Amino acid sequence: MKMHQLSMFLENKPGRLSEPCRLLADAGINILTLSVADTQQFGILRLIVAGWEQAKAVLEESGFVVNVTEVVATEVVDQPGGLAGILEIIESAGLNIEYMYAFTFRCEDKAVIVFRFDNNDDAVSALQEKGVNVVSGVELYERARQ
Amino acid sequence: MNEFWHDAGCAFHPVSAPDYLPPSQLRQLQLHRLRAVVQSSYDKVELFRGRMKERGMTPEDIRQVTDIRHLPFTVKTDLRETYPFGLFATPMNEIVRMHASSGTTGKPIVVAYTQEDLRVWSSVMVRCFAAAGLDRGDIIQNAYGYGLFTGGLGAHYGAEALGATVIPISGGNTDRQIMLLKDFGATAICCTPSYFLRILERAPEMGIDLRDLPLKAGIFGAEPWTDEMRKRIEPEANIKAYDIYGLSEIIGPGVANECVVQDGLHIFEDHFYPEIIDPETLEPVPDGEEGELVLTTLSKQAMPMIRYRTRDITTLYKEQCPCGRTVRRMRRIARRSDDMFIIRGVNVYPSQIEEALLSVEGTSPHYQIVLTNDGSMDDVEVQVEVSPEAFSDKVSVMEGLRKKLSASIERTVNIRVNVRLVEPNKIARSEGKAQRLIDNRKK
Repeated sequence: MKMHQLSMFLENKPGRLSEPCRLLADAGINILTLSVADTQQFGILRLIVAGWEQAKAVLEESGFVVNVTEVVATEVVDQPGGLAGILEIIESAGLNIEYMYAFTFRCEDKAVIVFRFDNNDDAVSALQEKGVNVVSGVELYERARQ
Repeated sequence: MNEFWHDAGCAFHPVSAPDYLPPSQLRQLQLHRLRAVVQSSYDKVELFRGRMKERGMTPEDIRQVTDIRHLPFTVKTDLRETYPFGLFATPMNEIVRMHASSGTTGKPIVVAYTQEDLRVWSSVMVRCFAAAGLDRGDIIQNAYGYGLFTGGLGAHYGAEALGATVIPISGGNTDRQIMLLKDFGATAICCTPSYFLRILERAPEMGIDLRDLPLKAGIFGAEPWTDEMRKRIEPEANIKAYDIYGLSEIIGPGVANECVVQDGLHIFEDHFYPEIIDPETLEPVPDGEEGELVLTTLSKQAMPMIRYRTRDITTLYKEQCPCGRTVRRMRRIARRSDDMFIIRGVNVYPSQIEEALLSVEGTSPHYQIVLTNDGSMDDVEVQVEVSPEAFSDKVSVMEGLRKKLSASIERTVNIRVNVRLVEPNKIARSEGKAQRLIDNRKK
């Protein structure tokens, strides 16, 4: 139920973000969603793409350091309290969220949020136990195409 | 000859015989040669004669080897001020070769050799290779630059004199270096440690794992490097990395080399007499104490150097080496007083920063030190490339790495430095001596 995320190290300088985006565009790879964590000195770009293996190869060929990590994508009801409900499940299971970001598209009345937990497996079980829909990568790529 | 020492079942190589002279014989030989070189310098080099006269000394005052301490020093500026031929002790028709430094600051340094000097140079280079376990049958890829720089030709003639096969590839063209390492099956490579890092980095991109090649030894020199760097290099290439020491003013490479024990470099004392002095008082310090290395060429004809101050900081070992060589060892040069920079009143050597960086697991060996001044205060920024092993998608991990690196440096040099993580390949790679320090402070 987990999906692959690519992350890259970027120096905090003008133009650093456009290069990987251009490389992916030239290879015909669509970015489904992304987030940038930035500090004063450097940034970490995190990407969800369809076809992460190819994307990784393209980026590495141009000298970027690329990591693959597993993240969890979860459906969240898009109404007040939707996210809070999810977070409470995580909290009561004693799990930590390293970071999170959202997908740009919605599925019917639901938003999709990407989580990086300190323990992804435990988080998936805790969420599923409470009836939260954890979305697989394949499912997401299908929805993105619609 | 080779059969003889192989059959003898010991690590003794005939070419290395002078490395094993009984100390009393070595002292006798040194005294004999010292007196001769002092006499010829006195007779033929005006600068030296003048300094001797100032001290009221004549060559006859050298009665034992330790009298060397009364002789005047020679320093690098002496070579510049007498440019180009002022320190030559033989007429040009006896000189068969000249080399020169790159001369990045002002005039280059010129050095000269007679036929006999070249023979001695080859013989000490042979002893370097033999100390590193190389022999006839080895294939030595010589990636030191050929030309005015002493490294290329020095290693070249030494390797030939050993009877090894030399690949005179010179520096640069990394892809071709790797292709020939593989295709010719070199068993040893000579280059700067920083250039070998470049080769190590490039090989996997070409689909070649250096560990699968016959390469077994690296003779790395021409710049200071640390044991931490050795720990990185050896497993990655499955080789033994040996440190070689030399300087053009003395002869070029071949002044000293590590043996297979890899604990200090044996100085070929029958040709190069070492002293360690306190750089402040200029007084000799006993073996076992740290100071500046001062070398005297005992057999050089074309351009003898009496008590040349190398600016290299080291220690002479008191103990004899387990390898059996009797010539003294010096601790590998990690510091050159020329490379030292002073930051907020603290003396710092780039090698200390290298050691501190590489002691943190997962860090890349590619780094650069940048000094700046904002008008009031000096600042040090250490730029380190992020290696794939060290990279994480979590900011906390990356910030943690940065903090760990600054803390490690701060512990070693006692000043706060700003560590900046940079993208891979952002720090320029060198094919010769690496530029570790960039001083952007206004002079």
